[in-house]
Amino acid sequence: MNLLFTNARLIDPEAGTDHPGSLAVGNGRILASGGEVAVPEGAQVIDCRGACLAPGIVDIGVKVCEPGERHKESYKSAGLAAAAGGVTTIVTRPDTTPAIDSPETLEFVTRRAQADTPVNVLPMAALTKGRAGREMTEIGFLMDAGAVAFTDCDHVVADTRVFSRALTYARSCGALVIAHPQDPGLSNGAAATSGKFASLRGLPAVSPMAERMGLDRDIALIEMTGARYHADQITTARALPALERAKANGLDITAGVSIHHLTLNEMDVADYRTFFKVKPPLRAEDDRLAVVEALGAGLIDIISSMHTPQDEESKRLPFEEAASGAVALETLLPAALRLVHAGHLDLPGLFRALSLNPARRLGLGCGRLAPGAPGDLVLFDPDAPFVMDRTTLRSKSRNTPFDGARMQGRVVATYVAGTPVYRR
Amino acid sequence: MSHDQPFAHRHLLGIEQLGPRDIATILDLADSYVDLNRQASKHSDVLAGLTQINMFFENSTRTQASFEIAGKRLGADVMNMAMQASSIKKGETLIDTAMTLNAMHPDLLVVRHPQSGAVDLLAQKVNCAVLNAGDGRHEHPTQALLDALTIRRAKGRLHRLNVAIGGDIAHSRVARSNILLLGKMENRIRLIGPPTLMPAQIGEFGVEVFEDMHQGLKEVDVVMMLRLQKERMDGGFIPSEREYYHRYGLDAEKLALARPDAIVMHPGPMNRGVEIDGTLADDINRSVIQEQVEMGVAVRMAAMELLARNLRSVPA
Repeated sequence: MNLLFTNARLIDPEAGTDHPGSLAVGNGRILASGGEVAVPEGAQVIDCRGACLAPGIVDIGVKVCEPGERHKESYKSAGLAAAAGGVTTIVTRPDTTPAIDSPETLEFVTRRAQADTPVNVLPMAALTKGRAGREMTEIGFLMDAGAVAFTDCDHVVADTRVFSRALTYARSCGALVIAHPQDPGLSNGAAATSGKFASLRGLPAVSPMAERMGLDRDIALIEMTGARYHADQITTARALPALERAKANGLDITAGVSIHHLTLNEMDVADYRTFFKVKPPLRAEDDRLAVVEALGAGLIDIISSMHTPQDEESKRLPFEEAASGAVALETLLPAALRLVHAGHLDLPGLFRALSLNPARRLGLGCGRLAPGAPGDLVLFDPDAPFVMDRTTLRSKSRNTPFDGARMQGRVVATYVAGTPVYRR
Repeated sequence: MSHDQPFAHRHLLGIEQLGPRDIATILDLADSYVDLNRQASKHSDVLAGLTQINMFFENSTRTQASFEIAGKRLGADVMNMAMQASSIKKGETLIDTAMTLNAMHPDLLVVRHPQSGAVDLLAQKVNCAVLNAGDGRHEHPTQALLDALTIRRAKGRLHRLNVAIGGDIAHSRVARSNILLLGKMENRIRLIGPPTLMPAQIGEFGVEVFEDMHQGLKEVDVVMMLRLQKERMDGGFIPSEREYYHRYGLDAEKLALARPDAIVMHPGPMNRGVEIDGTLADDINRSVIQEQVEMGVAVRMAAMELLARNLRSVPA
């Protein structure tokens, strides 16, 4: 199907531009974009009425609960949620039950994803077997089976010898390793970030320094092994200088941050609201602002949803016992637009972090509006106000911290390879 | 004495939600119950017809007995549930347990739970009045109130006092509730203990922190010692019991630094020879530890009566 989007506000993260114009799609790819665009043959014309058209979001670190906990999220429900959120590529986490740590499990999820999901699904695989931090997985076979990155998710490979060997082997395969920088000793059992709030609430807490310690260790190991490395979430001010030095020293390192750490702080937990329990725990406002600034400066590369479905039973517990994580596929863009409305980022800058940078890090051709790029697009109204109602979410689990929140910015339509997968 | 000040709270979950006026209301009423409790006939019927359930998810002899006596003296039907032995062993969640009990129409639910925030969570799910009898490291409001009553009776006032709290502050709900209460009543609070047992950024709560006990005790009016849990004694947080006693245990020599009329308090149960010298704890001229226990019953009677008044004024 050929499409012509007219009267659009084109958000091009690659060029850093935000201009009115048109965009043509043919055979699933972008043909041309700009002020004057030739109409493709037989094209369906879509009048965007001034809404923004941007490359679809590439979300690294989405948890779909297959295999093991399909009642929390299936490929079908995750795909619908992603489409409604303007996410055109989900990069799935291997922290399922069992973990995705063998080519056979990976093939199973790939089959499930192809059958049920309207958006692109790229799987990640575990770095160590069972995410137990003892033996590396079959990185070569897993890459052949389609794994785009290797991660033990929130499990830190505590044994540095195991981690350094896995990094070395991964380098030889050209594999990207994604880690969760955190000192395992300090963070053990923590439900909050240490500080005034955790002390008042009497919650076991971890010092924000634990993140820097984890990152410092990982940086030393990358320097030693030459591996390609991405830190899944950098959420504290103290970790930023280390990241900056590592980048300046030419190491192959990038960093991400979850939308929750960009838009919420520890005080949001208030009276033990478990929907605000995430991993790492929400930080102080000073840390949040430092991370937002680092994102604007390009030091932090990628925003992700860290979509983590949890059913009501695992959240309706005392705070310490409650499961961590929040769903975010559908709230990612409206929440991220808060950063734009607050003047921290412009729209091309936001989509660099949501679409272009994650695509580049994984070697994908999407995330751009250039001719030849895949026709993965999100059309959204950046100003439309609404009150978030969690019962409207498409995810099977509705553990969002934004329930009842006033938000501004809604997805109007989502296209994957030029095919509409969501229309409001 | 007038007890007509409104006490506009449905539950007693923590000191955090109370204002100075609420605190004074509870203490004034408790004072009258101290008198009642010292009489031969100790019975009142202000809770007659009401059902009080004590749910203790964590072992407690003293607090549970205190709440039970308080309820019985006021004429409530009191039931104790030892929750460790009960349905949570069968996998029932806290909320389901709460809903089940709620269906039996209790009026007062007294809850202790090992996790911070668990009593708040439970209170959201039931129709009755909930009293927090201690949740994790968070709050233990009736303990702070009985401490306040003890101080007020011993010192004649509950403001402009120098109060030192010594020991394991980090793991103590008693310390948190006392810091909040004494702060709201405009006292100067000093915390004394090794930094490993001090919560992060506790200085921001308007308290002074002392790692040197000798410095911390200078000129104080009240010394409150906290229990050090056995499992925290060896190596993890402090090097040993004996080093802890040497540096942070309260004895006559260290107490000599405080005001000559300073009182000594302890929420119990005590570890004699760990956080406090046994002889000092028994010194009736300095120690008010037995009075604290006595005030505990009176304060709990007062708190339950105030919550029950609100229950009766608002039909369910």
